[in-house]
Amino acid sequence: MCTKITSKEQLLTMYDNVKELIEKRTTLQEKPEKYHISVCGGTGCMSSKSEEIVKSLKHWAKEYGVEDKVEVAITGCFGFCERGPIVKIFPDHTFYTKVTVEETERIIRRHVCSHDVINHLLYKNNNGERVFTQENIDFYKKQNRIALRNCGLINPEEIAESIAAKGYQALATALFDMTPDQVIEVVTASGLRGRGGAGFPTGLKWKFAKNAKSKKKYVICNADEGDPGAFMDRSILEGDPHSVLESMAICGYAIGADEGYIYIRAEYPLAIKRLRIAIKQATEMGLLGDNIMGTGFSFNIKIKYGAGAFVCGEETALIHSIEGKRGEPTLKPPFPAEKGLYGKPTNVNNVETWANIPYILLNGASNFASIGTEKSTGTKVFALAGKINNGGLVEVPMGITLREIIYDIGGGIPNGKKFKAVQTGGPSGGCLSEKDLDTPVDYDSLVAKGSMMGSGGMIVLDEDDCMVNIAKFYLEFTVEESCGKCTPCRIGNMRMLEILNRITEGKGEMHDLFELENLATTIQSSALCALGQSAPNPVLSTLKEFRDEYVAHIVDKKCPAGSCRSLLNYEIVTDLCLGCGLCARNCPTNAIYRTDKTGANARLNAYAINPDKCVKCGACVSKCPAKPKAIKK
Amino acid sequence: MRTNEEMFNELDRFIEQECNCDEQELIAILHRAQEIFGYLPMVVQAHVARKLGINVSKVYGVVSFYSFFSMEPKGEYVISICMGTACFVRGSDKILERVEQILGIKNGQTTADGKFTITTLRCVGACGLAPVLQINDKTYGNITPEDVESIIAQY
Repeated sequence: MCTKITSKEQLLTMYDNVKELIEKRTTLQEKPEKYHISVCGGTGCMSSKSEEIVKSLKHWAKEYGVEDKVEVAITGCFGFCERGPIVKIFPDHTFYTKVTVEETERIIRRHVCSHDVINHLLYKNNNGERVFTQENIDFYKKQNRIALRNCGLINPEEIAESIAAKGYQALATALFDMTPDQVIEVVTASGLRGRGGAGFPTGLKWKFAKNAKSKKKYVICNADEGDPGAFMDRSILEGDPHSVLESMAICGYAIGADEGYIYIRAEYPLAIKRLRIAIKQATEMGLLGDNIMGTGFSFNIKIKYGAGAFVCGEETALIHSIEGKRGEPTLKPPFPAEKGLYGKPTNVNNVETWANIPYILLNGASNFASIGTEKSTGTKVFALAGKINNGGLVEVPMGITLREIIYDIGGGIPNGKKFKAVQTGGPSGGCLSEKDLDTPVDYDSLVAKGSMMGSGGMIVLDEDDCMVNIAKFYLEFTVEESCGKCTPCRIGNMRMLEILNRITEGKGEMHDLFELENLATTIQSSALCALGQSAPNPVLSTLKEFRDEYVAHIVDKKCPAGSCRSLLNYEIVTDLCLGCGLCARNCPTNAIYRTDKTGANARLNAYAINPDKCVKCGACVSKCPAKPKAIKK
Repeated sequence: MRTNEEMFNELDRFIEQECNCDEQELIAILHRAQEIFGYLPMVVQAHVARKLGINVSKVYGVVSFYSFFSMEPKGEYVISICMGTACFVRGSDKILERVEQILGIKNGQTTADGKFTITTLRCVGACGLAPVLQINDKTYGNITPEDVESIIAQY
């Protein structure tokens, strides 16, 4: 394994030697002699003890004497986080969900030893039917995994597995068969646009960096995933780190750079660990570092840590942070392609963008361009979360509608609640309502509707969510994360937040709405960087789509969703009260007392709430056993 | 417990051998310093500035800019409540309130006995398990305000 690869032929020979690692998994076979069990090692599943599951599976395999018949490995994220931990068994492709440590004995005894499927671990589709394989699960049917192609398939800590999945072949093709200009042409023709949010054409960005005249240039991978509620970059780095390294080297070859940096959040220890392993293994094999595959082309990659600043996702701020400075953005132009890291031409792309490059080079630009829409080609990964049945990471072709993502893939809203809005684009995006559900998901349609693609957070909201409060949540985030360099962002957003605070406390006035719009348009047109310019979006989009809710807070002093605490009043309906006293015992402020009246169906006296003492914590509502609940807000 | 001198020596070795006293490595150095000392008090910042030959105001500027760096010592157990959007819409604000109520301190503070610190963070990437609470490196998912007391009682 440690021999250096010095030609394309050698890489292909190695691929031939190891490809069965993946093939024996992907070729469907029932009752095989040997099983391969993949356990999800994504963050969600890791928190649900997937590491213990691996240990326990190995333990039981030994106990039952079938060690040689089963291989257990940890893989990257399957994306179906809501049903984690996920265990997938190859080559019969059985897909088990919500697996616990207690179930591992059964998996070895029944599945491995007697080829018997364990029914209750199979996923139940929306129609109630149990399904065996991943492909038949509603959640996966409309997905098309390109950026996530290797996540959940390969063991990210073994380079041989990556090579078996055609890793580094795109780099070999670029180095041996293409000129730098040809590489850029293919990327341009694919129509790939930046997946970090703004959607700038990737090929054009590379071209600018290539045309800049300098002996020294840099390639940067932006892994400073800051959108609260998006974690696709993390999953790619944890599940398929080699794809990102390979792409950065391809870009280095195309633009004439020999050094790359990965700027990653310090909060992602697992991704950092796997990147370090990947860099070491790739360098040892001559696929990275000096004189790659004997071509004379060298490319070295270093990891730099972020330290918790959302604004560092902005390219110029990110570059300053790598240089060891405060991560404050600077005015563009000059763009990083002319004057970037250490003053040299620099190309910055986001993790998901990088993960698409090898696919494009190996399958051709027209193959990639045929997926998605004319102006937004390929796929996009979304982190589907919030009030949704099947949350997780989903990769869908561009142009799919929001309705398909939320209902067909996500399985709709839990607990029979009503859909209210979907938020895309994180703190820079906006909320779309029921009437926009048939909007195709692409860069331009979302912007036209007042939201944006963003890095891929997609949060579903139901009838219990107050839209004023959601707008306030995002604005609190940007106010906290504003670097403070320019006045519109530092002061303007603060003023907007103060107004929203007033409104949610019931102290708002109608002219506040005009003030909000006025401030928002001023900030949009005058802030220095994208963080400031886009900060008012959540407020503007909720004002446009849900103006009634703002008005209800201001005029009626009511929160229609029942979420803004200052506008709530808890009350016990005497006729529904059973008189059990659970509410009174759980009230933290002793605000609940017994009355001398009795409810219609009760033998004990009913309770009542003293509004002066009530802190509106809701503990009484959650404890009330009456159906329907006797406490109303 | 290591002595102060040992800790400073370890930091110096890192600055000299792995960073060549290069000021562009400032953030990496501060990460390491925080690992060693647990936080970044003024004496450590001044020491780093002297080693790199830069003004201490520059070091302070970087420390105060990034939320990962702390100038206050933290408790033995750091309770972090995720305030990412997915956790927020599933009620993480109520979790925070309950933690504050049980420990009798506010977000960002440490209990008098130095055992617990409450912080909030943005998205740990376990949105499927929202709302999520972390105590040091251990993650608890799908929690309700009622669960909080028994979780804290384990420490």
